[in-house]
Amino acid sequence: MSNDSTGAAGPDSKVKLLSEGTRAEIDHWVAKFPPGRQRSACISALRAAQEQNRGYLSAELMDAVAEYLQLPAIQVYEVASFYSMFETHPCGRHHVSICTNISCLLNGGEELVAHAEKKLGIKLNESTPDGRIFLKQEEECLAACNGAPMLMVDHVYHEHLTPEKLDRILDELK
Amino acid sequence: MNDIASKYAGKFNLGVFEPLRLERPWTLATYRSIGGYEVWEKILAEKPPREQIIDQLKASGLRGRGGAGFPTGTKWSFMPRNSPQQKYLVCNSDESEPGTCHDRDILRYNPHALIEGLAIGAYATNSTAAYNYIRGEFLGEPVPRFEAALAEAYAAGLLGKNIRGSGVDFELHTFVGAGAYICGEETALLESLEGKPGKPRFKPPFPANFGLYGAPTTINNTYSFASVPTILRKGPAWFAALGPANSAGMIIYSVSGHVEKPANLELPLGIPFVDLLALCGGVRGGRALKAVIPGGSSVPVVPGETMLKLNMDFDSLKAVGSAIGTGAVIVMDETTCMVRVLERISRFYMSESCGQCTPCREGTGWMNRLLKRVLAGQSRREELALLLDVANRIEGHTICAFGDASAWPVQSFLKHYRHEFEYMIDHGGRSIVSDTLGAQAA
Repeated sequence: MSNDSTGAAGPDSKVKLLSEGTRAEIDHWVAKFPPGRQRSACISALRAAQEQNRGYLSAELMDAVAEYLQLPAIQVYEVASFYSMFETHPCGRHHVSICTNISCLLNGGEELVAHAEKKLGIKLNESTPDGRIFLKQEEECLAACNGAPMLMVDHVYHEHLTPEKLDRILDELK
Repeated sequence: MNDIASKYAGKFNLGVFEPLRLERPWTLATYRSIGGYEVWEKILAEKPPREQIIDQLKASGLRGRGGAGFPTGTKWSFMPRNSPQQKYLVCNSDESEPGTCHDRDILRYNPHALIEGLAIGAYATNSTAAYNYIRGEFLGEPVPRFEAALAEAYAAGLLGKNIRGSGVDFELHTFVGAGAYICGEETALLESLEGKPGKPRFKPPFPANFGLYGAPTTINNTYSFASVPTILRKGPAWFAALGPANSAGMIIYSVSGHVEKPANLELPLGIPFVDLLALCGGVRGGRALKAVIPGGSSVPVVPGETMLKLNMDFDSLKAVGSAIGTGAVIVMDETTCMVRVLERISRFYMSESCGQCTPCREGTGWMNRLLKRVLAGQSRREELALLLDVANRIEGHTICAFGDASAWPVQSFLKHYRHEFEYMIDHGGRSIVSDTLGAQAA
């Protein structure tokens, strides 16, 4: 939001938890909406905060977003817990979503999940101990069905997967 | 060129995919080379009556490509266009109906058609602002492509305030979601756009009266908006004549599953399913066709032998109890275990239910647990009646169509493939299509 909200922040303010880059990103989104409709920027603000925090949202960051957007904290929590791309618990920094929805299921998506679980030594919804990879439980279809089987790493799509290709993708994540 | 390809020569890519044969089809220069923005510039220069554009769209017979097939021109006519209050246009690029993957390609390969379609729609409905709601997972490639095209259009003076001195204002913004299938439902999308959880609203009031921020709003799917410039450029009669009655124009068939060459093919509505299958190289490995979900996972499954006699249009699929939906054609061969497929579909609806209506919130999980029991060899035959009963009690008893969408797969799979479920129950979880346990079946 404008500097007014940050300027008015007291000593207990959590706004300072948001980096300058994150605040600029939030401002960019707020500007798209009519005055007083900054709540519309909530999703984008949480995305920016999650990226700043390398992959998940802490309660403090959600509070900071609420304060910055001048919203009750509950309105931010309910958004963070509703949408599948937000994580509210610590997890690995690279989010790997292997699609197993129908078109991918028909092309071996679930076998790829098993392959990744074995290779990484973790189950779906878990992260590698080094904090490198979070194997996300992806229930939604990612809309690349004629490239099945596919996966998404952070925001990048990889289509026509094979176990070998999956190995390479996972090995290259730093 | 083989027989099937020559039969359809000249019928591919007549709409949104038209520039795909050219270099860098997503650029303004390429889009202009096929006549892009001519319609918009003519509107800006001549400022025709708004009704004239709506009438042309009605005459074209364009039906919404997001799944429900509602006539686009009629939807636009519902807007109180002469009212002085702020009005909005919203584009639904929250593509997530399982099997559907063509809006992603429109955003990546022809974003200018969408921008021009939105501009025309804004003029026709007298809206001065629009948001394109793009699903969060598209942040890597479709969003930057759309934003780059938007920047080009602004730089070329095609959008903004008092565009080219016409007195017409139109601001177009990108919005990015964060993962929720339900946001493809138009009122859930509006809630999300307002920064809330995507929980559908009661209707009425419909968005044309009470939409974004309570203002009159028209929401259409990406492909619907992106089809408008071509229709107005080549003429409503040309578009209407491409398809059979009630199914005007072309559609992008997203063919996936067990075919040799899965693809997005833009072709006229009404072509025989056998031709579509042949254009995708036939069933994988020369196997027999078992079943098809012809319009995204929410529409009822159709047995293969029925599909082989059908044409791909609204009325033909409706006649067999299914729908063309989004045009997402999911093909399953003879090795497919229908129990396993239905369990996966039901898990999707369980996970994506917004939780607002009790029948859906409780019922989707209940259906999934019953199906898991079948796969685990723990079910009894009478539980299939219970499964159907739960589906029937969800259908028609929820605020939005998601409840129906979760019930239809269960009802149709049990109608056509009940013997597979019974076999698995009777054989301790073994699949009828192979000697494997349900959990491992193909």
